[in-house]
Parts: sequence; C-alpha cells; structure tokens
Amino acid sequence: MKNDRQRTFMLITIPILALFVCFNTIPLIRGVIYSFTNFRGFGKYDWVGLRNYIDLFTDARVGKSYWFTIKLALVTTVVVNVLSLLLALGLNSKIRAKGFFRGAYFLPNILGSLVVGYIFNYFFTYIIPALADMAGIKALSSSILSSPSKAWIGVMIVCAWQAIAMNTIIYISGLQTVPEDVYEAGGLDGATGWKQFRYLTFPLIIPFFSINMVLCVKNFLMVFDQIVALTKGGPAQSTESISYLIYNNGMAGGQFGFQSANAVVFFIVIVIISVAQMKFSSSKEEQL
Amino acid sequence: MKHTSSMGKSNKAVMILLILGLSTIVFPLYMTIVIAFKQPSEMTNSISGILSLPKTWSLDNFREAMRVTDFWHSLQNSLLISISTIVLSVLVHSLMGYALGRNKAHSKFYSFVYLFIVSGMFVPFAILMMPLAKQTAELHLANWGGVILLYVVFYMPMNIMLYSGYLVNIPMALEEAARVDGASTWRTYWSIIFPIMGPMHATVAVITALAVWNDVMTPLIIMAGSGENTLPLAQLNFQSQFGTNYNLAFASYLLSLIPILIFYLVCQKQILNGVTNGAVK
Repeated sequence: MKNDRQRTFMLITIPILALFVCFNTIPLIRGVIYSFTNFRGFGKYDWVGLRNYIDLFTDARVGKSYWFTIKLALVTTVVVNVLSLLLALGLNSKIRAKGFFRGAYFLPNILGSLVVGYIFNYFFTYIIPALADMAGIKALSSSILSSPSKAWIGVMIVCAWQAIAMNTIIYISGLQTVPEDVYEAGGLDGATGWKQFRYLTFPLIIPFFSINMVLCVKNFLMVFDQIVALTKGGPAQSTESISYLIYNNGMAGGQFGFQSANAVVFFIVIVIISVAQMKFSSSKEEQL
Repeated sequence: MKHTSSMGKSNKAVMILLILGLSTIVFPLYMTIVIAFKQPSEMTNSISGILSLPKTWSLDNFREAMRVTDFWHSLQNSLLISISTIVLSVLVHSLMGYALGRNKAHSKFYSFVYLFIVSGMFVPFAILMMPLAKQTAELHLANWGGVILLYVVFYMPMNIMLYSGYLVNIPMALEEAARVDGASTWRTYWSIIFPIMGPMHATVAVITALAVWNDVMTPLIIMAGSGENTLPLAQLNFQSQFGTNYNLAFASYLLSLIPILIFYLVCQKQILNGVTNGAVK
C-alpha cells in the first residue's frame, strides 16, 4: 500500500517535471549558451567568450533601455500604489452601491493591454491635443507620444490605468482583514484621519503592500505590450523597454547572441530585485 | 448624534470622488464605442465632433473589421488556446501540486523539485523567447499546440504554489480513510482530493484565463510564421491594413474586447475572488 502511494507520486512527478525542464530549463540554458556566441539567429556562429557582456555595458542603446525601464517601473509603482490605496480606502468605506463601484473600478484589468494601448495611442495622438487646443492649453496641444522627453509619461499612464485596478482589490482585501475594534480602540486614543491611517491601518496591511510592490515592479520591468501599441520604442528610442529591445533586435535584428547576453543580465537583475524585495518585506513583517 | 451626521457628510464626499474617478474608466470606453460606430467623415476636430454620438448606429464598421481581421477564425483560435490551457492547467498543475505538496515536507527530492519549479517564476519571458522560437520550430510546435504547451509550462510555478498551499488545509485523514477502504492513491486523488480543491480550481481557472486570453508575446513569437492569429495578435497584424481608418480600427478593438467583457459581466464575482486569492495566497 505504501509502495503504491510512492510509485503513484513518482509517476505523476517525473513526466510533469520533464515537461517543465524541456520548455523552461533547457531554453534557459540555451539562452545562456547563445549569450557567449555571435549567433545572428540563423547560419553559423562562433564562440566569442565574454565579448557580448563587455559590449553590453558600453552600448548606449542598452543603457538607455535600462534607464527607461527602471524609471518607468519606479514612477509607475509609486503612482499606482498611492492611487490604489486611496481608491481602496474609498471603496472600503460605508458607501452605497459598493459592489457596483468595485466591479466598475476593476474593469480595466481584464482588458487586453495591447488593445488598451492602441486605444490610448489614439487618445494621446488626436483627442487630447484637440481638446487641449480648444481649452488653450499649449503644453498638451501636440501628442506627448511624439516627444522624446514626455513619451514615457504616456506609457506610464496606460500601465497605471490597468494596474490600479488590480492593486486596489488587493488593498481592499487587506483593509477587510483589519477588525473594526482596532478603529474603535484607536478612536478612544484620539487616532482619527491621517493618524489613524498612519499608525493603525497601514501597519496592519503591510503584507498586502508588499504583494503589490512585488507585483508592480515585476510587471513594469517586463513591460512589452504597451510599448508595442503606444510608441514602438520611439521617439528616438526614448521608450525602448528591455523586453522590447530584446524582442526587436534579437528576433528580427540579427543580434540573437548579443540580446541573449542582455536577457541573461535582465534575468539576474529581476532575481536580485525580487529577492531583495522579499527579504525587505519579510523583515518588515517580522517587526510587527 | 453629531458623530453620525459627520459620517454621512464624509461618505457623500467619498461618493462624489468615486463617481468622478469612474470617469477615467467610463470616458475611454465611451469614446471607443462612439468612434467604432462613426464614419470617417464624422471625425471632425471640434468638441462636438469628438464627443458626440454617431449619426447612425450602423454595424458596417464591424462587418468590415470582421472581414479584414478574419474575426471568427481568430476568436476560434483564442477560445481553443484559452480553454485547452485552462483545462490542462487544472488537471496537470493540481496533480503536480498534490504530489509535491504532500511530500515536500518529508522528502528532499520533492522539496527540491518544488523549489526548482516555483523558482521558474523569476525567469522573464525575454530570456526564453529566442531559444523557444528555435526549439518550437525544430519540434514542429510553432503553432497553437506549441502555444498551449508553453502556457502549461509557464503558469506551472504559480499554480503549483497555489495548489500545494491549498492542500495544507485538507486533512490527511480523508486520504487515509480511503486507503483503509482499499482505494489506490490515484483513485483517491480523483474521487476525493480533486473535488475538494474546487475553490482553488476556480482561482486557477480565472487567473489562467485572464493571462492567456490577453497574452500577446507568446503567440507573437511562436505562431508568427503559421499564418494563424489569436484575437490580440490579429489587432497587431492588421494595424497596417487599417491605415488611417480609425473607425474601422476601433470597431476591431471593440470586437476583440467584447468576449472578455461578457465573461466579466457573467462571472464578475468569481473573477474578483479568483484574482484576489491568486495574489494574496
């Protein structure tokens, strides 16, 4: 009987593990191997040692894409978390039609980000400049997507529009874990308004804050669809995200080997950031 | 008394802010619908030209957009890929979650396999995409079948974590009772454990459905040469054909959003619960 159980578990585990290794581990290893070659995606190739990695650190375009992606991820994470926390507080207060509001505010999250990007692309290009012209707002009368210094703001708005929906419901589920008597006890000590939030509510929802931080940073660092739909990396390569650069130059641009090295570095960056975030948030949670 | 009246006031203010905030969602959707129904000649650069309702609610744009993007065929592909991925994920990932969840506490092998697969969550698609494009082509999997297979692999880390986390709450006594009755482990799983994990199946189905339905990158890289489209891929591939006819483009965008909107209207509660459970667990 005991043997039947162990054999069954083995027969389940081995084939599924093999599938995972075939389509996750092996491509990962192949990616690392390609990063040491000058492979163009087809034909013959030679080993070039660490050449790709050395070039990576001196390549202005790669540097620019890292700067853009990290800036986008940080700013969007802050904007999204502030807004969705406020929204969650509103949606968790005693209001009418609570279910309707929660449902409506979650809507952006279920829509495909590529199509959302296309729709906002049209708004930024035509509708907002036209409305700004009529209102006499000079700064917005040309499309922000065509300005190398401002296009990233457009990308940020579209990313935030969808991400706020997700973060808000996570914060709401956090706020629901705070028992009512905490507020009652706090109220007796004079904790209301901002004080109540800062010293009572927020410390109790820190685990949910950590989840949102990890979700946001990871998703925004890997941003791709929005770039395809809004800017295609332009203008003047000012909005080229790391994923977009790897896709564009690696798959079609003949830099298979070089972009593999870029992808390896990107992978390491993601691992470091994720591990650091988890360490940080688990140490925060222990303090409570 | 004073306390309650001030409560009422602040709630009114919150309501007003919430309604104003909703305009950031309603306005883009309203514009999308309006533009999708209008004719190019109605698109003038005046306030009324931008915001007004279309003169006639003609479905011509939608008919033309369906023809250009081969809508029904793309929809069929999207449905096929999404439904197959969901069914396979629920069957395969729950089984693996069970095998690993029940053994990882006392077996080095299973706990290693668990950590090995779960750490796959950190691997960005960017590093896999170029080797996978090669590998799927070599294996004749550069088609929807390959896409389904890859999804089952990509969502495995997350789903296994969810399933084995859920198993902790299911007492071993249930399985032991079945064993005493002479049922094999395999049968016990399908007749007792699998049905008990129902709420987790719903969570996994919802998060997998949303992720797969809206994904662009995997089909873009794997199916690019197959001449087949999913709904999002069709929008990408037909951008150039719409030219400057934005009305046609918006009709197409709206068409591609309708299936998921219907899904959301019908299963809103399950979707909200599913995404919350998936993220918080």
